[in-house]
Amino acid sequence: MYKVKVYVTLKESVLDPQGSAVKNSLHSLSYNEVEDVRIGKYMELTLNETANVDERIKEMCEKLLANTVIEDYTYEVEEVVGQ
Amino acid sequence: MKFAVIVFPGSNCDVDMYHAIQDELGEEATYVRYDEQSLANYDAILLPGGFSYGDYLRSGSIARFAPIMSEVVKAAEEGKPVLGICNGFQILLEAGLLPGAMKRNKNLKFMCRPVTLVVQNNATMFTSAYENSEEITIPIAHGEGNYYCDDATLEELQSSGRIVFTYKDNPNGSIDDIAGIINEKGNVLGMMPHPERAVDHLLGSADGLKMFKSLLRNWRESHVTHA
Repeated sequence: MYKVKVYVTLKESVLDPQGSAVKNSLHSLSYNEVEDVRIGKYMELTLNETANVDERIKEMCEKLLANTVIEDYTYEVEEVVGQ
Repeated sequence: MKFAVIVFPGSNCDVDMYHAIQDELGEEATYVRYDEQSLANYDAILLPGGFSYGDYLRSGSIARFAPIMSEVVKAAEEGKPVLGICNGFQILLEAGLLPGAMKRNKNLKFMCRPVTLVVQNNATMFTSAYENSEEITIPIAHGEGNYYCDDATLEELQSSGRIVFTYKDNPNGSIDDIAGIINEKGNVLGMMPHPERAVDHLLGSADGLKMFKSLLRNWRESHVTHA
């Protein structure tokens, strides 16, 4: 089994309306050290034994999980040993 | 002229679209489910608004893989008119039939109200009944209509007249005030505002009806031969 953690974020060049709203809110709570907030998505996928995990995950990200016009993705693969 | 109104799970403007075609334009509309296999019998394809598949993940991202979508792509390649409104526009973007992507509205609010659009290009099969620079009133109803594309794409859209509608007073933060764009071939148009909700004065505006009339007139000119 594999546990895959996928992170999808808006590209650096793309303004993030949700992020700016949260930043303003943090500022109004006096957390003035906050310079920027970017909001993204975190997904956990559990995969059964499969070959080419990397290739398959990349494909899933490009096809569905991220829209690469505006989003970047990264992922971590963790092998889970069965009991 | 036969119009297919595609119905995805979660579409909610399909009935308005049907009404616009059947009752106001006076042509034939048929609901076509997301899991049907052919669009060969239709002259134009309409993708209505709504929240297909609950807009889970991203608007339109799951609908683009519905079985009917390969037929929509085929119809687009054959040169048939394909019109995506609101969620239909988002699906066309996700499917890669139009360039760019949608973000949450700049003010993060769902907005539902009439807006003023400016017709930027009336030399299309969807807009020939309008004048260039004509101002029309069409309602919007969306939370994710903040159109984005990269600089190279924007330049290409601008220089080739592919920005068909702009907002007079930008409600959602869309780049370059873009409300609707068309593909290179000129037969696939996507727009966030709802022309199908503006087809009768009783609805507050009939400005949207001209879109459907444009489509009909252009189709007749190329398909109907007079004896």
